[in-house]
Amino acid sequence: MPQIAQIAETYSSQIFWLLLTFGFVFFVVGLGMVPKVQATADARDAKITGDLDAAKAAFARADEAEADYRIRDAESRGAAQAMLAKAKAEAAKASEARLAAADAEIASQIGAAEARIKAASDAAMAEIETVAADAARDMVARISGVDASDDAARNAVKAALAHG
Amino acid sequence: MAESGKIDPMHQFAIEPLFGTDHLSLGGFNIAFTNSALYMVAAAVVLWIFVVGGMKRELVPGRWQMAVEYMTGFIKSLLIANVGEGGKKYIPYVFSLFMFILLANLLGLLPLGLVGLHPFTFTSHFTATGVLAIMSFSIVLAVGFYKHGLHFFSLFVPHGTPLPMIPVIFPIELISFMVRPFSLGLRLFVAMTAGHVLLKVLAGFVINASNAGVGFGLTVGSASFILMIGISALEVLVAVIQAYVFALLTSVYINDAENLH
Repeated sequence: MPQIAQIAETYSSQIFWLLLTFGFVFFVVGLGMVPKVQATADARDAKITGDLDAAKAAFARADEAEADYRIRDAESRGAAQAMLAKAKAEAAKASEARLAAADAEIASQIGAAEARIKAASDAAMAEIETVAADAARDMVARISGVDASDDAARNAVKAALAHG
Repeated sequence: MAESGKIDPMHQFAIEPLFGTDHLSLGGFNIAFTNSALYMVAAAVVLWIFVVGGMKRELVPGRWQMAVEYMTGFIKSLLIANVGEGGKKYIPYVFSLFMFILLANLLGLLPLGLVGLHPFTFTSHFTATGVLAIMSFSIVLAVGFYKHGLHFFSLFVPHGTPLPMIPVIFPIELISFMVRPFSLGLRLFVAMTAGHVLLKVLAGFVINASNAGVGFGLTVGSASFILMIGISALEVLVAVIQAYVFALLTSVYINDAENLH
């Protein structure tokens, strides 16, 4: 086994070169370069964490803005609805008033028309009475030869008309 | 064994000085630049190139930067899981340890033998793993005594130990604590050595069976070859797992020093 057989003549060389090379590795690579590599990685981790935090904060702000927007939306919706209801009510009231006015107008027109119709029908009735009384008087004169008075004929016709 | 003796599964662990540096020495100690040292340098350079590629420091990382940051993030989460927030200051050390061992294991598995080079896994030498283990253990001791002073010895008396049990528990805990650097270093060394020996033994089967005749080559040889493919995949897994275990145990031990109980 050369490890044991050669130990006497090689141990010093082995130890010397190992200390030299490992010393180089430790002082140049380990102490000189590894902390820089580590610092780069740490800086990146810090940046990622910072960016994530910023993104989270922005997200929270966006949520807040959305909630705010929702509240304002609801508010303006309510206001619009109230305005709409008010306008509806006003319009209904106005149309009611106009309707009432038109109703009154129509009612008065109907009343006037009815009065005219009543007057016409009364005039017509009076006409019929006169004609009927003349006819009745005529008939009485023809049948009995008695000359009935105008009043009598008129009363008789009225009674007959009243009985239908 | 005369014929199969040509294939020595242990030869891959032999350390050979390169470039005529056999007698290079420092303060009387030989520091020859060996094949083992070459692979240590290779692991360090590959790791340096890997991390340099991740130094673009872009906010949106490319693939390479992503890979490097994944590895540092992996070590960071390992330390935070085992030590807590105080573990972050050990990221440079545990990252260096994990990546160095991982690259050493993986570079040693490269099929460079196909182009005539001799791959070498320096983590299969306890002289190397031992130094790494002693380093981790020293950090644990230093941090423990620096943070807690002599109170660090209370680590060897678990919470709720009845008073009469302390003289028994204390040495047991102390021994289990002192064994840590050995288990840490030997675990890696044994795992890498065993895997590489197994691969070489099976490769020897393939060669020797093929040399023994077509019949042996097609039966024993191909069966061994198929087994080698599976074990090679397993060795890649072991390379990663052993590096992970080393880093994990180091962070577990650091946790003892950081937080005591």
